[in-house]
Amino acid sequence: MTTTKNWPLWEVFVRSKNGLEHRHFGSLHAADADMALENARDVYTRRNEGVSIWVVESKNITASNPEHNGEMFEPAKDKVYRHPTFYELPDEVKYM
Amino acid sequence: MSEEQIRNLEKQFEERIARDEKIEPKDWMPEKYRQTHIRQMSQHAHSEVVGMLPEGNWITRAPSLRRKVALLAKVQDEAGHGLYLYSATETLGISREEMYEQLHTGKAKYSSIFNYPTITWADIGAIGWLVDGAAIINQVPLCSTSFGPYARAMVRVCKEESFHQRQGYEIMIKLSSGTPEQKEMAQDALNRWWWPSLMMLGPTDAESVHTEQSMKWKLKRKSNDELRQQFIDQTVPQADLIGLTIPDPDLKWNEERGSYDFGEIDWDEFWQVVKGHGPMNKERMKARVGAWERGEWVRDAAMAHAEKKAERKEKEAV
Repeated sequence: MTTTKNWPLWEVFVRSKNGLEHRHFGSLHAADADMALENARDVYTRRNEGVSIWVVESKNITASNPEHNGEMFEPAKDKVYRHPTFYELPDEVKYM
Repeated sequence: MSEEQIRNLEKQFEERIARDEKIEPKDWMPEKYRQTHIRQMSQHAHSEVVGMLPEGNWITRAPSLRRKVALLAKVQDEAGHGLYLYSATETLGISREEMYEQLHTGKAKYSSIFNYPTITWADIGAIGWLVDGAAIINQVPLCSTSFGPYARAMVRVCKEESFHQRQGYEIMIKLSSGTPEQKEMAQDALNRWWWPSLMMLGPTDAESVHTEQSMKWKLKRKSNDELRQQFIDQTVPQADLIGLTIPDPDLKWNEERGSYDFGEIDWDEFWQVVKGHGPMNKERMKARVGAWERGEWVRDAAMAHAEKKAERKEKEAV
């Protein structure tokens, strides 16, 4: 068994075409960022799925904890007045 | 957590799945759900990786450039599918190294079909047509399974898989319409791969231990026997079309059921291969472990190079 460090994990984001955002495609292991980019090309874009790739080492991502989703997302739940349907208008009003 | 709290969480969890909600890696999940998924997903990944070996055997001997680029692309896809699945499994808290270790020590299984040899070029046709055909039937329902990363990986896999089956069937068409020797070769491959392909759909429902739980978690949408029947019903006409004979004397169209009746499967053979006594079990593991060990210095060198480069960059920044 090897005593040296294992290749770290990277998250891969791909822009499918210009005009669209980069989207999370998956992850992979690579020794460094350059290798992560090349591996991402081979693993996730074998059929022209992308025009641009971002890779970021997974340990650099801070994620919210789904167990705290209550306090995290609750504040937005009772604010129906942020949606247009909250406001009552007479039927005759057009284009609004 | 008290036992009652856990039972409560489990109940909510099952209800979420029943509502077709997806489970994501950081969500709370019953330990059994985690373990079952680690087992099934890693074995699925191992199957993709070991699946490269029987076909890799023919890349250098493909009969034309057209066949060669197609086979190479197929084998690359299988490497890719293994990688999608490994990283999806890692989200459940098992490391890549642990999974490799389980494969290499024989603790984890992979699909038994890859323990059969590929002795002629027609075997490459039969594998694409039958083995990938059966795999697609197994995999399509998994695109809507409950665990998000698995479902997403399977969507990608299924999209890529249909070319695999078509390239295999095309090889069979060509051979079947060739010289008598070529047709004979195609028939011989069908004879050898037919029954193992039927076994790929898993033990009969009466023998299958995980079915009920797997249905609940949407790891399964149909039973093994239903999937097998579907495979047979769709494959028999494809054999007829190219003039090949399914090697089953009991195979007969059943008007009433609207399906084919078929002969007894040799489950002893199946269990023998699962237990490690198939014709190629030892050879496959030897090739796999050998590749891993021979690649060790490359992995280490790449890591050392990356660390040195990072250090140099840091020094320059000071």
